[in-house]
Amino acid sequence: MAIMLKRMTLIIPNLIGVIIVTFLLTRALPGDPAAYFAGPAATKESVEQIRKSLGLDKPLIVQFGSYVSELAHGNLGTSLTTGQPVLTEIKNRLPASAELTLFGLILSIVIAVPLGILAAVKQGSWIDHTCRIVATAGVSLPVFFTGLLLVYVFYYILGWSPAPLGRLDVFASAPTQITGFYLIDSLVTGNWSAFRSSLNQLLLPGLTLCIFSLAPIARMTRASMLTVLSSEFIRTARASGLDSRTVIITYAFRNAMLPVVTTLGMVFSFLLGANVLVEKVFAWPGIGSYAVEALISSDFAPVQGFVLTMAILYVALNLLIDLLYGVIDPRVRLEA
Amino acid sequence: MKRRDFLKSAGAVAATAAVSAPSVIDTAKAQSRQETMLIVSESGPNNLDIHGVGTNVPGYEVSWNCYDRLISHEMKTGPSGQPYYDKDKFKPELAEDMNVGDMSATFKLKKNAKFQDGTPVTAKDVKWSLDRAVSVGGFPTFQMAAGSLTKREQFVVVDDHTFRVDFARKDRLTIPDLAVIVPCIINSGLVKKNATEKDPWGLEYTKQNTAGSGAYKVSSWVAGTEVILERNDAWVGGPLPKTKKIIWRMVPSAGNRRALLERGDADISYELPNKDFVELKSAGKLNIVSTPFSNGIQYLGMNVKNAPFNNPKVRQAVAYAVPYQKIVDAVLYGLGQPMYGKAPGAATQVAWPQPHQYNTDIEKAKKLLAEAGYPNGFETTLSFDLGFATINEPTAVLIQESLGQIGIKTTINKIPGSNFRTELNKKVLPLYLNVFSGWLDYPEYFYIWCYHGKNSIFNTMSYQSKEMDAFIDGAVTAAANGDKATYEKDVKGFVDLAFTDMPRVPLFQPYSNVAMQKNVSGYQYWFHRRLDYRALVKA
Repeated sequence: MAIMLKRMTLIIPNLIGVIIVTFLLTRALPGDPAAYFAGPAATKESVEQIRKSLGLDKPLIVQFGSYVSELAHGNLGTSLTTGQPVLTEIKNRLPASAELTLFGLILSIVIAVPLGILAAVKQGSWIDHTCRIVATAGVSLPVFFTGLLLVYVFYYILGWSPAPLGRLDVFASAPTQITGFYLIDSLVTGNWSAFRSSLNQLLLPGLTLCIFSLAPIARMTRASMLTVLSSEFIRTARASGLDSRTVIITYAFRNAMLPVVTTLGMVFSFLLGANVLVEKVFAWPGIGSYAVEALISSDFAPVQGFVLTMAILYVALNLLIDLLYGVIDPRVRLEA
Repeated sequence: MKRRDFLKSAGAVAATAAVSAPSVIDTAKAQSRQETMLIVSESGPNNLDIHGVGTNVPGYEVSWNCYDRLISHEMKTGPSGQPYYDKDKFKPELAEDMNVGDMSATFKLKKNAKFQDGTPVTAKDVKWSLDRAVSVGGFPTFQMAAGSLTKREQFVVVDDHTFRVDFARKDRLTIPDLAVIVPCIINSGLVKKNATEKDPWGLEYTKQNTAGSGAYKVSSWVAGTEVILERNDAWVGGPLPKTKKIIWRMVPSAGNRRALLERGDADISYELPNKDFVELKSAGKLNIVSTPFSNGIQYLGMNVKNAPFNNPKVRQAVAYAVPYQKIVDAVLYGLGQPMYGKAPGAATQVAWPQPHQYNTDIEKAKKLLAEAGYPNGFETTLSFDLGFATINEPTAVLIQESLGQIGIKTTINKIPGSNFRTELNKKVLPLYLNVFSGWLDYPEYFYIWCYHGKNSIFNTMSYQSKEMDAFIDGAVTAAANGDKATYEKDVKGFVDLAFTDMPRVPLFQPYSNVAMQKNVSGYQYWFHRRLDYRALVKA
């Protein structure tokens, strides 16, 4: 508990830094939102009018002041491209991105961890080589390419997959909102058609992210397993006649998990980044595509909101991983 | 229950659900599919009200289908057989009768017309809506002014169902301007109820909600994702549309939009690269309708205020150096109307756009450049909007290569979409690619904005010519007074002068392309180039 509190206090300067930097960075973007949103037929006066109504005519420090005070009231501003309050948009879109990312990550763990363990146990065998090839291929294919390729094969040619049109089939209705995760919400409410539809829609983008993230997880599992397997307590365990299943899973893997969990945290963060492209390809209504749209039209509020949300997410994730360390390996807890 | 048991039973339930569900769902699905049109496009609206601040073009489409105007246009047959709006023939929409006098027009409103919440449409609503259009500023006010509609006093309530528009001056664009998207009739009672002191016109409310009497209403809108529109069964503005529901989905990837069309999942899409349209056309599985932009041209602009483009000979040299046909073939894949190579001696027409007399002739261009005092050429930058890179980038490269042959070295300057307008409005870019198209399809309308010395924002070249102004003003006055002979003389005058002085080189007339399934019919070309759902039918 004390550790957690201490960590929490460290978060605050981090976030303040993020707020200042994003504010300055968005203002440094080329492009004039007032001219952009005044439309093609705007006169100089109407551009000025819009600039005034957006508060962009005031000095930077005043703009920053009003931004911070709005922020303190939980108001992230309004997006000009979508016309909606940023907070509502992020609230609606974050679950979509999170569901996709987690789905991809879980899929990836399910494949990569056993693959990594097997590759370490049977070092130099065909499984080890398969692991190496799959990892290399996965990491060297850009996500948008894998995405388009999967759509082309499974939707366009084979017709197995549903149309890449976001989270649900066009004619299915969304489950009652509880967590915002369609899979969970539809399970809880027993809405099976929505469950099926959202699972079908998730498969291809999830697979895309999974392929991309196989490499670091599989390689890290393998490397860390190799180190542990060659250590003395494993030799002792084997010598004591424990069966190899117990040795590998109970003793070796548990001790090899620490670096794997660290990698998972990292992979999760960069999957959130890779999401941007996957969301574009699959018309996924997540925050990545939202942020890119906003960036293209120099729409400040959503960009700031996005970066801030991401920063909070990363900080929370780091905290979670640190706490997990303690659960996995009590020694870490003591040292902290 | 243990975790494993739970998973097992959940799996079993899921499996039974998967087996039993389809029969019910699929019939319902098939039926709703039949009455629903699925439209996919790259981007969606940012505001449901065209009067809003910075409403984007997809937003216009919502306004067009959800609101009525007093009058609209009849249809005629377009260049390739498609229904095409008739700019000269008007039909009543909310009005049942229009009586145009010398200095005013009187409209009788349909007595049975109701807004979507059931309140009757009265002349008061009409006045409030038009007052709003000329007052909110920005694009709507600008567009109203294009038809000499600028003051609230011009809109008069005669009685509950009679409404009069007083003309500020004689202007033949006033009536057509009442049939564009902007003068839509809004439910004033409903919007006033939701207006605030800071927002007297209720723009915040209409941004999220449609408050019209039109054929469709927005039943759900998730910005950037989808818009769902339902038919208004009580619509009196025209025959009841055949399509009950419109689902408009935003699909950012052009490749996926094409795949959706080819798989038969989406019914209609526009905004595909020309290459895709050409391939889809030759594959023959879909209906592709291509229509030249009415009153629109993609051009190569030159800043005539500064050297070297302040010299007409340099501009003519550029006009002789542009590889027109290559651009139409290689960039547009033929989906564009060439705007060059009028036969020598052929008469100038009373029309716009029309081809100019220049051809790609490098020798002539070199000669003109030498005469202008630049025998060895010069260096400059060629700018374009990255937002339309699929057309602009290859066009710029072709022009760069061609200009290189006469010694003009160009550096290509790609400007991001959010910044292009800012840069263009400064009027300092020496050489740039741009498009202009006017909603009102009249030659003088195009010229007022693009060539007149009052230097509107669309006169991107800063072109000034007393002679040109005289021709344009003459044509405007002649049109208002119905003086056909003078009008024709002046139109020919300004077209000829534009082609001699060549402050901007017309490259081609772009096409508006729409791809739809074979069972979809009723696509109409409108001046705004967006879809009119009211006529769409799915067999």
